Amino acid sequence: MAEVEETLKRIQSQKGVQGIIIINSEGIPIKSTLDNSSTVQYAGLLHQLVMKTRSTVRDLDPQNDLTFLRVRSKKNEIMIAPDKDYFLIVIQNPSE
Amino acid sequence: MEIVYVYVKKRSEFGRPCNFSDRSAELHVDLLPDPELAARFVARDPRDVAVQSVRDMSEHEVNTERFESESRGINHTEGGWPKDVNPHEMEQTIRFRKKVEKDENYMNTIMQLGSQMEHSIKQNNAIDIYQEYFEEEEEDEEELTEANEQPAAKTINVFRDPNEVKRTASSLSWHPDGNHKLAVAYSSLEFQRAPKCMNFDSYIWDIENPNRPDLTLKPVSPLVSLEYNPKDSHILLGGSYNGQIAYWDTRKGGQPVEMSTIEHSHRDPVYKVIWLQSKTGTDAFSASTDGQVLWWDIRKMNEPTERLVLDLNKKGNLDNALGAISLEFEPTMPTKFMVGTEQGLVISCNRKAKTPAEKIVCTYSGHHGPIYALQRNPFFPKNFLTVADWTARIWSEDIKESSIMWTKYHMAYLMDGCWSPIRPSVFFTVRMDGTVDAWDFLFKQNDPTLSLKVCDEALCSLQVQDNGQLLACGSQLGTTTLLEVSPGLCTMQRNEKALATAMFERETKREKILESRHREMRLKERSRSEQSKEDDSRDADREESTEDLVARAEKDFYHIIEAEFKKLKEKEEERVGMKTEKTVHWFLFLTCLATSSSGCLFGPRLHFIPKHIAT
Repeated sequence: MAEVEETLKRIQSQKGVQGIIIINSEGIPIKSTLDNSSTVQYAGLLHQLVMKTRSTVRDLDPQNDLTFLRVRSKKNEIMIAPDKDYFLIVIQNPSE
Repeated sequence: MEIVYVYVKKRSEFGRPCNFSDRSAELHVDLLPDPELAARFVARDPRDVAVQSVRDMSEHEVNTERFESESRGINHTEGGWPKDVNPHEMEQTIRFRKKVEKDENYMNTIMQLGSQMEHSIKQNNAIDIYQEYFEEEEEDEEELTEANEQPAAKTINVFRDPNEVKRTASSLSWHPDGNHKLAVAYSSLEFQRAPKCMNFDSYIWDIENPNRPDLTLKPVSPLVSLEYNPKDSHILLGGSYNGQIAYWDTRKGGQPVEMSTIEHSHRDPVYKVIWLQSKTGTDAFSASTDGQVLWWDIRKMNEPTERLVLDLNKKGNLDNALGAISLEFEPTMPTKFMVGTEQGLVISCNRKAKTPAEKIVCTYSGHHGPIYALQRNPFFPKNFLTVADWTARIWSEDIKESSIMWTKYHMAYLMDGCWSPIRPSVFFTVRMDGTVDAWDFLFKQNDPTLSLKVCDEALCSLQVQDNGQLLACGSQLGTTTLLEVSPGLCTMQRNEKALATAMFERETKREKILESRHREMRLKERSRSEQSKEDDSRDADREESTEDLVARAEKDFYHIIEAEFKKLKEKEEERVGMKTEKTVHWFLFLTCLATSSSGCLFGPRLHFIPKHIAT
């Protein structure tokens, strides 16, 4: 329990990190450092994106699987680490 | 000629078995080539004929029906909560979350994901993988390629009049901030040709959506001119066909907020309205072919604040007034404005004059037809562009006799024109045959730099966006086309301002020199006529009309012809019938040319006269 907190704190303290969200396989946000409305929005949209990406990777090669997803946009970068049951989402403003 | 070979077999020999035997070839018929037949044919040069054995293919185009799409927002609400948890109850959700956090699986997963994530984050912070290298060199290369690029324009969007009865897009106005909207005024400018069921509406289009207008403006009478208020982008002022002025507020919908009263408005369609620069941002003025220029304050539309009658005799007589068809006002010179008339004159006026007589400062003549467009160069306010009849002319304020630069006479009427707001030497014009021309007089003076045929019907209005790249032109059937010009025509070249200044100065100087020379010549003529008046009173009549001059020239000519005739007749009588008629006429023509080429002003006319004598 404490290690989880420590890990998250360490991530949060990295340069440029704007927010962290942990969602479960159904899209329910478990933990978040952002406000509720943003969390809900991110959770809903990214959950679908990860599902789609994962199915794409597996369709191309059934032996393959999605390990990490980075979405880079003009303003920031959204990094998603997917697992079977939970997703860890971090929004970072990359160093310019 | 029949070729017949007769094969004979006796009847008694029928049915007998065949007995084949060899024998040498016999020549039965020999047909020799008949050269007469060859005369019926023409020998053909050997030709290359390509033959290919392929399947026949044909090209077909298919266009699906227009797919109308609409943008709508989606509302995200939480979902996925298990059945026993009510998402709106804070307690239940917190309890659920706490339960998940205690899960063993959760902790392991997060630890592992966390380390992965940290690695990526540190990667991001260490180096920017999307860094642009060679950015400056890319820019240099772009500049080079741009300079060598051919100027071109591309159609981006076409806005069609959604009504059954098509009306002319008579005026266009871009939205002052952001330029995402275009206001188009629709009306039928042909006198009494407008059908009864014609719709009076004008539209504001969003340039991204050509399917449906953004807002419909519903005036009482079709709008001929329409302008956005440069200070307040929600207010539009429209001049209508029946002479009234109305203003709209886009926040309030399609009905005009206020209209001017009919008694005090114009008596003819209001061809141009322009907003003025004022503290309140509510002043405007309008011009119409009834000869008046009226000033309005939109807060009080029942009466114009000021009135000017375009009577050149300065008596304010409406019957003598010239009809105004275009107006020009530059916010950097708020006291002066210019009016383009139907008669082809540009009148420069001073707003701050005390008496109406002093309002009209000077006129510029040189056009043959109504001046459809009038605009000062945004970089050189002393020079202005006029578009009328078959030419476009550039004038300098100081030279009143003629324009300093002009285009050649086109085959079609020029209907509208405007300067590019980015490049001082570029302007655009539209013609009645549906062509848009882009002129760059630093590059080529005789022809447009770019000429593009946009549609088959006449193009009636043109307006360039503030960034100089987008051009909107409206046609007679209400189709507004949005063109994007190539970057070469909308980025300022090096030294362009200096070169344009030099060119304007040079042309102005040339006109000044010509003007002074003309004046000198006129003075000389006058003084010479003064002298000859003392000698011969008849010839010194300087007020002699052109018809008298022509009559005199004709008389002289006939005298000469008759003298020559007599001479020729004598010659003929000497020589017996050797001269044919042709040579007589040729002789006549030669002598006519010889005598008429010396000092006769009306040469072309005289060449026609020999025909009368000859026939």
